[in-house]
Amino acid sequence: MSDTTAATTIGATLTGAPPAARSSRSGGRMGRVRWWTYLLLGVAAFGSVFPLYWMFIVASTDSATATQMPPEILPGENFFRLAGLVFDTVPFLQSIINSLVIATTIGVGQAVLCALGGFAFAKLRFRGRDALFLVVVLTMTVPTQLAVIPKYMIVSWLGWVDTLQAVAVPGLASAFGIFWMRQHIVTTLNDELIQAARIDGASTWQIFWRIAFPIVRPAAFVLGLFGFVEAWNDFLWPFIVLKSPERFTAQIAIKALQNSFDIDLGLAMAGSFLATLPLLVLFVFVGRKMVNGILDGAFKG
Amino acid sequence: MTATLSAKQVPSPGAPKRAGGWALPFRERIAPYAYIAPFFLIFGVFGLVPFLATFYIALFEWNPIGDQTFTGVDNFTRMLADPRFWNATSNTIRIWLLSTIPQLAIALVLAHVLNHARLRAAVFFRMAILVPFITSVAATAIVFAQMFDRDYGLLNWLLGLVGISSIDFVQSVWGSHLMIAVMVAWRWCGYNTLLYLAALQAVPRDVYEAAAIDGAGGWRQFRHITVPALRPIIIFTIVTSTIGGLQIFTEPLLVARTTNLTCGAVRQCQTLTLFLYEQGFGRYEFGYGSAIGVALFVMIILIAAVNYLLSSRIRGEGR
Repeated sequence: MSDTTAATTIGATLTGAPPAARSSRSGGRMGRVRWWTYLLLGVAAFGSVFPLYWMFIVASTDSATATQMPPEILPGENFFRLAGLVFDTVPFLQSIINSLVIATTIGVGQAVLCALGGFAFAKLRFRGRDALFLVVVLTMTVPTQLAVIPKYMIVSWLGWVDTLQAVAVPGLASAFGIFWMRQHIVTTLNDELIQAARIDGASTWQIFWRIAFPIVRPAAFVLGLFGFVEAWNDFLWPFIVLKSPERFTAQIAIKALQNSFDIDLGLAMAGSFLATLPLLVLFVFVGRKMVNGILDGAFKG
Repeated sequence: MTATLSAKQVPSPGAPKRAGGWALPFRERIAPYAYIAPFFLIFGVFGLVPFLATFYIALFEWNPIGDQTFTGVDNFTRMLADPRFWNATSNTIRIWLLSTIPQLAIALVLAHVLNHARLRAAVFFRMAILVPFITSVAATAIVFAQMFDRDYGLLNWLLGLVGISSIDFVQSVWGSHLMIAVMVAWRWCGYNTLLYLAALQAVPRDVYEAAAIDGAGGWRQFRHITVPALRPIIIFTIVTSTIGGLQIFTEPLLVARTTNLTCGAVRQCQTLTLFLYEQGFGRYEFGYGSAIGVALFVMIILIAAVNYLLSSRIRGEGR
């Protein structure tokens, strides 16, 4: 019994069907919650957050305090000095701006392009549609990360080495996103609505932009959010293709700070904290949406 | 635009428009292709072509600023005889095992306890365990490297309290692997927990209720309801963490402060992707680097095949 239930769930999750299965009949075990449940979850929550707290501790104490034993467990007074040192050592503000530009481009771009592609596959009829959609699904199985050498050659041939578009443009394509948006549009957008709009003389673009996109905007937002976070945290490809410090993303700037580790123990930590802070702030506002996104199947394969 | 609109608003009476038929103007007919074109263009140029080119370049001795000589399978024979390749392979597999098994086991338990209808502060716990997921790999590597530090690390201080002398994690084989595995597990545990929780929430409540009435406690509910219900998603997460595990790069690059392209003096924690980077971009041996890329691809295919066989067998037994 539970096997078939799970199989349908996975089917639903993988195909991104709406969480209709979560009726009042499901949604967790009943009965009393024991104290050790809270203990376990408390430990997990502590373990999840503690490294970030520790990052701030080391980033706010001077080297002498950071190296003393037993370690200091409360923040020191040096955070602003070390943060200032971060900005003096590398062009960190520029790096944050670069990260913002890249991650925003990828997040917004993925949300719009995937909604557009998903809309075409879900609601438009055209020759080769099913075959093309199969190709999109199959591209998800191609492990592209191991092809960084030819990718670098292509980017270099385009003259894009050490430019932000070398990072932003390849990140715009998301097969998973198209797949996911298609499922959302199939289940949420009514065919009669489209027919009515057609009779009123709306063009395909108008149907997408005026009718389809507003309806799936919450889903597209969550997709873009994951795209943003992933792009902000990406390391390997920006590390390969961005050469000069003025072009670094925040993550690559941290690596550069680490190379000058000898200056101060807290320097790389302060940089790491500053590079994580924007996402933490974002997470306070949209973390709940991200959690629900994963619970609804907005995960990347 | 106006032409399109007026043409449609006044359909000629002789030609009734078929839905989706060819009576649509050209602009409307190519619209679907225009909407999916960006994906195919971008993926083609930056995904598919590089992927296919890897197999081609691997057959050359390819210097990006010098000559390109066709050498056939030389790169592959060289790779198979290269102890550094086998070292990186075994490092990768060990780090993968050390990180994946505890990570998925913990995620399983956490998902089970989170799946409680009357849990207080459920949103808080769910959000808290997702914090590592939004922390970058680079920041994760730097803070954990500090916590595992031989002289100033928090962990060695704690070990010191129970009378264990300082361990130089980075410099030792097992220590460095353990350290990287902890970073990977920390970053992905909460994410996988939520994936499991998503699957669990669709299990009808009365299944658990019936079990509780029959006197099954938390542990028996976990074993007999939770784990079987999660089997398909567990297999899915094993596959994704395998593919992710084979591509571990940033952690080993950042934990060793010196000689970081090899992750330490004796390559004690150099992974395959880091080895690929070292050969390709550290030494500009594009051909040899691509051959390592091909080897990674073969491994991913092999592991996916094994997983497929295992999962179809498990599914068969489940019935």
